[in-house]
Amino acid sequence: MRLLRDVLLIYRRQIRQSLRVPMTLVLGLLQPILYLLFFGPVFSRVSKSFGTEATGLELFVPGILVQLGMFSSSFVGFGIIAELRLGIIERFRVTPVSRLALLLGRVLRDASLLGLQGCVLLLLALVLGLRAPIAGLILALVLVVVLGIALSSLSYALGLLTREEFKFAPFLNLVLVPVLLLSGILLPMKMAPGWLLTLSRFNPLAHVVDAMRDAFLGRYFTLNVAGGILAVATLAVLAVTLATRLFLRENA
Amino acid sequence: MSIIEARGLARAFTTKQGRIEAVCGVDVVVEPGEIVGFLGPNGAGKTTTLRMLTTLLQPTAGSARVVGCDLLTDPQGVRERIGYVSQVGGTDPSCPVAEELILQGELHGLSYAEAKRRAEGLYDDLDLRAIAARPAGSLSGGQRRRLDIALGLVHRPPLLFLDEPSTGLDPQSRSHLWDLVRRLRSEYKTTVFLTTHYLDEADALADRLLIIDHGRIVAEGTPDELKRRISGDVVTLEIRGDVERARLAIERHPGVRDVSGSGGALRLTVDQGERALVELVRLLDETAATLVSVNLSRPTLDDVFLTVTGRSLREDAPAA
Repeated sequence: MRLLRDVLLIYRRQIRQSLRVPMTLVLGLLQPILYLLFFGPVFSRVSKSFGTEATGLELFVPGILVQLGMFSSSFVGFGIIAELRLGIIERFRVTPVSRLALLLGRVLRDASLLGLQGCVLLLLALVLGLRAPIAGLILALVLVVVLGIALSSLSYALGLLTREEFKFAPFLNLVLVPVLLLSGILLPMKMAPGWLLTLSRFNPLAHVVDAMRDAFLGRYFTLNVAGGILAVATLAVLAVTLATRLFLRENA
Repeated sequence: MSIIEARGLARAFTTKQGRIEAVCGVDVVVEPGEIVGFLGPNGAGKTTTLRMLTTLLQPTAGSARVVGCDLLTDPQGVRERIGYVSQVGGTDPSCPVAEELILQGELHGLSYAEAKRRAEGLYDDLDLRAIAARPAGSLSGGQRRRLDIALGLVHRPPLLFLDEPSTGLDPQSRSHLWDLVRRLRSEYKTTVFLTTHYLDEADALADRLLIIDHGRIVAEGTPDELKRRISGDVVTLEIRGDVERARLAIERHPGVRDVSGSGGALRLTVDQGERALVELVRLLDETAATLVSVNLSRPTLDDVFLTVTGRSLREDAPAA
C-alpha cells in the first residue's frame, strides 16, 4: 500500500511537471506528424510496389507510432540527469519514500503521456485516411505504451549510469540509430536482403511494428502479433528489472 | 540518550587510482538540543560523513544510531526522523514553493490535508507566505535557502542536517540564516548538525565543533575551548629599557608558552591571557624595563585551524 501511495505521489508530481511545459509534449508529436504529412503521401504512392499486403497508411502509421514511442521515451534519461544534478533525487532519498516508486512514478508518467500522444497521432492518421479496425488501433496503442515503459526504464537506467548529458547523448545515439534502421519503421524489412532481414529479427521493435501492421489489417491471432507481444513484454520485464536494481542500488 | 552516536564510521571509495579512504573511522556524538558544527577544508570528509549519517551512503565500517535508529539495519527509521538540507537544496526550479512543501510532507507519510497545514505553518515561521505560489527557480538565494530548510522541517524532525547552509548567500541572508538556525533550536527544539568551512559561521552558531581533516576528527570542543586549548591567547608587548632581561623574565613565567618578536616588540602565546597579563605587568615592574603598551587578543578559529590542520581556511572566508 505504501508503494502504491508513493508511486501515485511521484506520478502526480511528474505529471504536473510535464504539464507546466506542454510545449515539450507538442514538440514530441511534431516529428511524427511531419512524417505523416510530408513523407506519408510519398510512402503511400511507392508502397504499392512493395509487394506487401498492407500498403499506404496502414503500412506507414505503425512505423511512425513506434518511432514516436522510441523517441519520446528514450530521452527521458536527460530528465533524471537534471534531477540528479539539482539534488531532487537525493532529497527524495532522505525521505522514507519507496525507491521503486521513484522509478515507477516516472515511468508511468512517460507511459501516460505517450498514450496521449499516440491517440492524437492515430486520430490524425484516421482523418488523413487510415483505415483500421478500432480493436487494431487499441492493440497498437497498448503495444506502443508497453514499449514506452521498457524504453523509459532503459533510458533512466542509462541516465543513472552515465550521470552526465555529454556521456548520455552519444551512447543514446549509438543505440538508437541501428535500432531504428533495423526496425522496418521506414521501409518494411521484407524488402531487405536476407542477412539484413535476419539481423532485424533480433530487434524487438521490428516485431512490434509487424504486430501493429497485422493488427491494422484486423488480424489478431497471427504469429506476428504473438511475436510482437512477446518481444515487447520481455523487453519491458527486463528493462524494468534492470532500472529497479539501479534505483535500489543508488540507495547505498 | 545521544541523538547521534557514531562509532568508527568509515567510507572508502575504489577508483581507478586505487582505494581512497575518504573517512577513516570517525566518532560523532551529538546530544539533543545541541547545534554542532562540522568543520573542515574541502575534501576533508565532511560531506561523506554527512551522507553516511543521512543514509545516502553506506559506511564501509563502523556503526551509528541516529535518533534511536540503527543506521545499517533501520535506515527507513532514520529517514523518518531526520531532516536533510543538502548543499544544492534539491528543488525543481519550475515547481511552485507550496507544491514542493506539500509533496515533501506527503512523502513523509502525512495526509494531503496535514501536509498542507504544516506547510501553512512554515510559511509564517520561515517568511515564505509571499512567495508560496512562485516557482522555486524565481526565488533569491536567501529565499531559496529558507525553502530548502522548510523542506527539511515539514515533518518536524528532531534532528536537522544542514550541509554548507550559507554557501552562496550574501552577508545579510547569512545573518538571517543564522538567526533562523538559532530559532530552530529555541522554538522547535531541533538539534542541528551543520557542516561549514566558514569559521565565522562555526564561531557564531555552533555550541560545539568537530574539526575533520583527511578523514579524521582532529579536534573537538566548544569554540572557546578549542581556541584556548589549541592556540592559547596572544599578548603583544612593547618594552623600552633593558629588553633582554625583561625577555628572560617573561620566558621563565610558567604561563608563557612561546615568545617571538625582536627588539622591544614581543609576541607571546600564553595560557589564560587575562590572568597572565596581570602577572606579566607585575613581573615587568620588577625589572628595569618600561612597559609602553600591551595588547591581549584571543586567537580566532583560523589560528585553531592552522594549528590542527597545518593550513589556513582564511582564503575560503566570504568577503563579508
